[in-house]
Amino acid sequence: MARSTTTRSKIIFTVIGWTIGFLIFFPILWTFLTSFKSEGTAIATPPQFLFFDWTLENYHEVQSRSDYFKHFTNSVVISVGSTLIGLALAIPAAWAMAFSPTKRTKDILMWMLSTKMMPAVGVLVPLYLIFRDWGLLDTRLGLVAVLTMINLPIIVWMLYTYFKEIPGEILEAARMDGASLMKEIVYVLTPMAVPGIASTMLLNIILAWNEAFWTLNLTAANAAPLTAFIASYSSPEGLFWAKLSAASTMAIAPILIMGWFSQKQLVRGLTFGAVK
Amino acid sequence: MGSITLEKVSKSFGTTSVIPEIDLEIHDGEFVVFVGPSGCGKSTLLRMIAGLEDLSGGRIIIDGKDMSSEAPAKRGLSMVFQSYALYPHMTVYGNIAFPLKMDGQEKSVIDKKVKDAAHILNLTNYLERRPGQLSGGQRQRVAIGRAIVRQPKAFLFDEPLSNLDAALRGNMRLEISDLHHQLKTTMIYVTHDQVEAMTMADKIVVLNAGRIEQVGSPMELYRNPKNVFVAGFIGSPRMNLIEGAEAAKHKVTTLGVRPEHIRISTTDGEWKGKVGVTEHLGSDTFIHTQIDGIGQVTVRTDGDFDTRHGQPIFLTPDPARLHRFGADGQVI
Repeated sequence: MARSTTTRSKIIFTVIGWTIGFLIFFPILWTFLTSFKSEGTAIATPPQFLFFDWTLENYHEVQSRSDYFKHFTNSVVISVGSTLIGLALAIPAAWAMAFSPTKRTKDILMWMLSTKMMPAVGVLVPLYLIFRDWGLLDTRLGLVAVLTMINLPIIVWMLYTYFKEIPGEILEAARMDGASLMKEIVYVLTPMAVPGIASTMLLNIILAWNEAFWTLNLTAANAAPLTAFIASYSSPEGLFWAKLSAASTMAIAPILIMGWFSQKQLVRGLTFGAVK
Repeated sequence: MGSITLEKVSKSFGTTSVIPEIDLEIHDGEFVVFVGPSGCGKSTLLRMIAGLEDLSGGRIIIDGKDMSSEAPAKRGLSMVFQSYALYPHMTVYGNIAFPLKMDGQEKSVIDKKVKDAAHILNLTNYLERRPGQLSGGQRQRVAIGRAIVRQPKAFLFDEPLSNLDAALRGNMRLEISDLHHQLKTTMIYVTHDQVEAMTMADKIVVLNAGRIEQVGSPMELYRNPKNVFVAGFIGSPRMNLIEGAEAAKHKVTTLGVRPEHIRISTTDGEWKGKVGVTEHLGSDTFIHTQIDGIGQVTVRTDGDFDTRHGQPIFLTPDPARLHRFGADGQVI
């Protein structure tokens, strides 16, 4: 009796799980499918799911109309650059907060996180003016700087939680063994925190890759990443669903592939410390 | 050389004083054990000597030099932690070599020293393994190996055996004592286990609430405890501490008598009572008795002594081995 209940609930939960998974994945699948339709089929009612004339025309057109690789390079430079600079700033900060906390450490962490609660558009005008005066508009440097600052609180928070898991005695042992502060961080703390640092890095690259507000508002042509590349297809001449889908697929493909290969690392990172 | 002197050393966290003021002399080559109940400040004191904890007052002098504000590595001491604190991402070789590498020694020198230490500690076959692949005892030996290679002035052990099972603990106790005889280096060992203290120490420092209660050799503390606390802490099973009318008969506040210094008989004796719980250890038997007008008294007798629960029993303490304590808890 008990066993049959378990089997039944297992089946039910499996079905529910797959359904939710499919629902979440569906928009990406639909975008992918639409990118192979003609503009006419793309807006046809009832929608055509798999049985239509598959075409690569959209990809040809998107590639001929805009320079995918320029946007791609911009996206890589901006997301990887901001992540690396963010890590360089956050590792010492998280180290200090985790291993040498003061009474105010929790407050500082909360304050850092609170900056993420403000709507970005609230600082658009001042930031835009600063960028204009400093000549940073439509430059990769400007975007790297702004994305570093925007994601820094999350990087510090994630690293702080990972570092908290490292027993302080190991760092004390390193100190007894004659390691200077720098050597302690380089030889002991960082290698031990590699899984945490790696998943922070991956998550942050994804966040920076998909960031659309600042990348759209502070760039025009030169530094525009893939987000701007997609946006250029939702144009005033009317929506071209098929081409927009082709552009979106090309934009998310690299990060999707990276996420697929590193999913084990990502999941470990996101649930780190949840179970002892 | 490895003599350590504590002069009026004190420690407080905020307004809470953990260690009021301690003076202590540790001679070169001595095996000193700090023992006391948990929270008595023994680990804090050790960490202060190591340099991992700042002093709130006083001085720590190592080999005649004031080291109170030197960095841990500059003090020339090695520490073995309770959790072993091995570097999990390094091999056994890497762990033992780490302090030498930090010291900037040459590769060939490091190699020789690591292999020598591994040989002493029977770790030669495990040098390429990582700590995660070792048993508790092996990890502990790696931690000791890492401490040995630095050739420190003194070793500091912070409850190093408390994570091991009983059998292994006995073995490691012997190994550490053996190591002390081989190296003849000063060792300071912190434990809450008075058996470890009694079996290993040249000198025991009994701590309670941050104060030193008594310093002496194991047998000195066993024979002549200075106060009720030391009397109750040193010795297993613990000393019977009797108060009330029976103590008053001897004109003291507390009368102490060790379980092994009481004669037990089924026919006659000074104190009459009943047998409670009996613990058979094979070699010994611990009998917890309920004595009329006194309360619970524990007796240690030979392994073959047979009793039943509730059976009438007579006890006679050895008058030459009574410990007498006054109202202030100090020995009279």
